[in-house]
Amino acid sequence: MSDNHLDGNAVAGVLSTVFAVDVTVATGRCDGCGRMSALADTWAYVEGPGSVVRCPGCESVLLRVVQSADRTWLDLRGLAVLQLPVGDA
Amino acid sequence: MVTRGFLGKRRSSVELPPGQYLTEDFPVLTAGPTQRVPTDTWELTITTETGQVHRWDWAALMALPQDTPTVDLHCVTRWSKLATSWQGVSLDVLLADVETTAEHVSVSSYGGYTTNLPFEDLLDGKAWIAHTFDGEELEAAHGGPARLLVPHLYLWKSAKWVRGLELRHDDEPGFWETAGYHNYGDPWREQRYWDS
Amino acid sequence: MTGWRPATVAAVRAESATARTLALDVPGWPGHQAGQHLDVRLTADDGYTATRSYSVASVDPGERVEITVERLDDGEVSPYLVDVAQPGDVVEVRGPVGGWFVWRPTQPGPVLLLGGGSGVVPLMAIVRAHRLAGSDVPVRLVQSVRVPEAVLYGDELAALAQDPAARLDLTYVYTRRAPEGATRPAGRLDAALLSSLVFPADAGATAYVCGPTGFVEAVADLLVLAGYDQRRVRTERFGPSGGGR
Repeated sequence: MSDNHLDGNAVAGVLSTVFAVDVTVATGRCDGCGRMSALADTWAYVEGPGSVVRCPGCESVLLRVVQSADRTWLDLRGLAVLQLPVGDA
Repeated sequence: MVTRGFLGKRRSSVELPPGQYLTEDFPVLTAGPTQRVPTDTWELTITTETGQVHRWDWAALMALPQDTPTVDLHCVTRWSKLATSWQGVSLDVLLADVETTAEHVSVSSYGGYTTNLPFEDLLDGKAWIAHTFDGEELEAAHGGPARLLVPHLYLWKSAKWVRGLELRHDDEPGFWETAGYHNYGDPWREQRYWDS
Repeated sequence: MTGWRPATVAAVRAESATARTLALDVPGWPGHQAGQHLDVRLTADDGYTATRSYSVASVDPGERVEITVERLDDGEVSPYLVDVAQPGDVVEVRGPVGGWFVWRPTQPGPVLLLGGGSGVVPLMAIVRAHRLAGSDVPVRLVQSVRVPEAVLYGDELAALAQDPAARLDLTYVYTRRAPEGATRPAGRLDAALLSSLVFPADAGATAYVCGPTGFVEAVADLLVLAGYDQRRVRTERFGPSGGGR
């Protein structure tokens, strides 16, 4: 049971500084279990040193975002593929 | 751009590391689901660079000589909580019979979290496996049943739900260290992020 | 959409004892869809910043956007926005963000809206967008609150519910204390109640569930049990206390 997470909507703002497109409408494939999830449906932990997005199927980490005043780090290791709709989603 | 009248929850600082603010709360910061580890299956292992494994179950941990350190906590997200009281087993006690020449430690937790630090930062009264906070059993949300406590470094190094320490000759940056956070993390030198 | 813009508080109005709507003038606001949110950043004079997300409640085109903020006792940003901010104050906003939890008037099918606490804010934007577009798809809104005093947008919703052209069905669920004369005692939204409130599973409805994580997960599960396709259930989770802090 996991009750302390938000969802991918909560990282939309932070990711908008990195991606030119709205990633909440993107679907991603988890490198751990292969599940395709809408980013908006993933589990997001935003109260920490950075934001962590996890697969709702197997809980493994899909991506990590850390922001300082002058830099942003984006670690996408757990995300095998990101599928983004083009144009009006 | 300054927002009129906005102060946040901070209080005026005492002697704090640069960029830190005092808090009376104990914020819960997390990278994933809270781990629930029953003490009857809990285990801590210390593995040396030669592959030798030392193991403690809960009873063994509690049977060791206990410390009651009072320490200041500094989180990289800028809050500091002073004079927190803990009970735990010093790493000096746990390492007493461990033969090693390792320079680095990789720490791993139930749930997959990892962090890393130099071996010598665990020694000489600088680190504990802590199980009691403020006189009560450490809550799962704060890393219970046991967490690593290394208060001279930023709190992300004090891995919650600790399960293993791997002593190594090479350094293996952990969960946050690979994502932008400083490899060492000294709050007094404000080592928050990768050196640019 | 990237980057922070200055936003001037143009007007404030109380929505309840603990919630307030702030109208923000945001030069250059690119427009938004119903259901999207924005991030608000406050900066103290020593450079300390705090950022929180708030759903946009308004739908009128232009550079004025409204957010409704619920004050959380241990919050850092919400007490400022609810108790301190005054017209003329300037904050920073980023957005709009979130293209998933969105309703567009061109979408076919009935609209089912289930909100817990301040989760009703983006749903209200959807209700307003539906009205503004003159859409004739049926809308059902379920607002779950602890006590009657916590209801948001009560008067506006009552007026819409009475207007046949608005096609709005309105239900309140009181989880802790129901009002005098309520037809149902206080209690959480459960499978039985939900099944009596939702469109049939084959009606082609899209459901939007928003609120604290616990509420969203419980209701989303109930919808799937009631036969809704998971892809027709859009969710947005706020923090455990129900919104931006």
